[in-house]
Amino acid sequence: MRALSRISFWNAVFAVVIAAGLAATWVRFTQGLGASTALSDEFPWGLWVGFDVLCGVGLAAGGFAVMALVHVFNIERYKPVLRPTLLTAFLGYLLVIVALLFDLGRPYRIWHPLVMRNPHSVMFEVAWCVMLYTTVLALEFSPIVFEKLRLERPRRILRAISVPLVVLGVLLSTLHQSSLGALFLIVPEKLHELWYTPMLPVFFFISALGVGFAMVIFESCLSGLAFGKQLEKPLLADLARIVVVVQAIYLVWRFQDLAAHDALGAVWAGTLPGWTFVGEIALGSLIPITLFALPRVRHSSTGLLVGSACAVSGFVLNRLNVGITGLELGTGARYFPTWMEIAVTMMIVALGFALFGLASKHLPIFEPIQRPANRLLRRRNLVSAPAPLGAES
Amino acid sequence: MNVGVLVDTTRCVGCNACAEACKEANELPGDIDAKLTSRTWTVVEEHGDTYVRRMCMHCADPSCASVCPVGALYKSDEGPVAYEESRCIGCRYCMLACPFEVPKYEWDRPLPRIRKCIGCIDRVRDGEVPACVAACPAEATTFGPRDELLDEARRRIREDPDTYVDHIYGEREVGGTNVLFLASVPFGQLGFASNLPDTEMPSLTWQALSKVPHVVSIGGVALLGIWWIVNRRMEIEKLEAADAADRSSATNGVLEVEES
Repeated sequence: MRALSRISFWNAVFAVVIAAGLAATWVRFTQGLGASTALSDEFPWGLWVGFDVLCGVGLAAGGFAVMALVHVFNIERYKPVLRPTLLTAFLGYLLVIVALLFDLGRPYRIWHPLVMRNPHSVMFEVAWCVMLYTTVLALEFSPIVFEKLRLERPRRILRAISVPLVVLGVLLSTLHQSSLGALFLIVPEKLHELWYTPMLPVFFFISALGVGFAMVIFESCLSGLAFGKQLEKPLLADLARIVVVVQAIYLVWRFQDLAAHDALGAVWAGTLPGWTFVGEIALGSLIPITLFALPRVRHSSTGLLVGSACAVSGFVLNRLNVGITGLELGTGARYFPTWMEIAVTMMIVALGFALFGLASKHLPIFEPIQRPANRLLRRRNLVSAPAPLGAES
Repeated sequence: MNVGVLVDTTRCVGCNACAEACKEANELPGDIDAKLTSRTWTVVEEHGDTYVRRMCMHCADPSCASVCPVGALYKSDEGPVAYEESRCIGCRYCMLACPFEVPKYEWDRPLPRIRKCIGCIDRVRDGEVPACVAACPAEATTFGPRDELLDEARRRIREDPDTYVDHIYGEREVGGTNVLFLASVPFGQLGFASNLPDTEMPSLTWQALSKVPHVVSIGGVALLGIWWIVNRRMEIEKLEAADAADRSSATNGVLEVEES
């Protein structure tokens, strides 16, 4: 009974989020961006760019990172990680495109960069990379669908081109993950000194790599709680160690760069920019590094969940700081999203969760380590209350 | 020809005739706003006892045109930075990128456009002067080739050093602009951005973008190389393992048969 009410509670939350999102969508497309957003001539980019696009693309970075580990470096141990990660990445990119349709003033012209060229524009490069990489992701993900449908021929064709496809995916990801940072290189006088640096593209790439792995852990923990399907813990612990290394490199390099720009003073100034920065570094780097460096923590379900959740929120904070707060602090313009911007964002996130749940239920996503459960048992798993945090599953 | 406009703030009387003429020439609705908006492409602002006319600076290497993914904003051969509405996807990157915060957006329209001074490009191509220049009763605004305007500005400073500060705003800012300003007080006091570098802003992004071919070529070769080496090593390991298994089964053949 309690399990049932829990399920209907989340269904109700989902319904409310979708309803609010649809209402906001109506206002956005009938009355325009002025009526639906807090954007202005002084502050032209807001939540939909700062969160939906910058974070959406970054959080999906696990896709190329794990593909490279398994197919280029041939570390077969990580194979079970591949499918859930690919699913996240594919859904992530599709939802970023959905968010773009909301943010663009003329969404029906989203294809224009395909035929109208400006190779000097970072946005042009990002547009091409995102489009090509979404195609690559679709091809990399399709064998899972073909497997379900028992279509052998297309699977064989895709297996034959898998290595060049993976290499292409890694290259495209490297380019646009870093280019999202390069978008802000042209506003040195507008972005606060704690975030503006010529190294922005490099930092965007490294932090995306780190959060890509953290996201794999986070999602596995979540789907373990929600669907009783998750990856093996030793594997997640190994990924947690990669997160430590990547985050440590990021941390050292970030502070070295701040020192080189004489911007370290702003960290300790005790003012808003400093605190925002400290929050981002603590959540995204310091806490995950500390937690995951301890073997006891990274081998426990709670430790993995808390550490990866911190890494993910620190990453989100960083992207919001570059895309919103850092620009506010640098220009003096003010921006706080309207309920409609928040509703659309929440709707897109909720869609992501729902699609992930649907796909992992109907497609062989977690298959390799699935217990030999019959249909009935699996249904029971789905509705039973999630195991308490830290419990062995 | 690379034309521009020289605005001499010491001559401006603040009548806003330029703003009115601009509205008429570009068919912009509504009254003249206090600052630049989607409906007001030029306007006279008061800073102390100085009148300063705002308009697009028409940079030599404009940030807005450089960041535009579809080339909707472009630097014309004549000098003005113009806009081809049918290309624009509405990403508003130009608004973020412009160091002078000139491009404005039609926030109240479901299908909005970017709006800004386009230097009366059609009039200029027809051999006319921009509407704002033609309307100025005080000769505060001069139209002509940029190098001639610079000569004129230098002449005015040289002949009347007591009136002018020795600075032509737009001569070097962000690599130079086609709209130039003269003033009697430092430009920072007149609301001009005074923290801009002398280098073109697009060069900042180009430093990153120009590395794309290297990332693709070197990265591609490196990744395929790593795959080749690792994959071959694993194949050899598999072969050796199979060999070893063969050999051991050959020597222990009897045992195997017995076991099976």
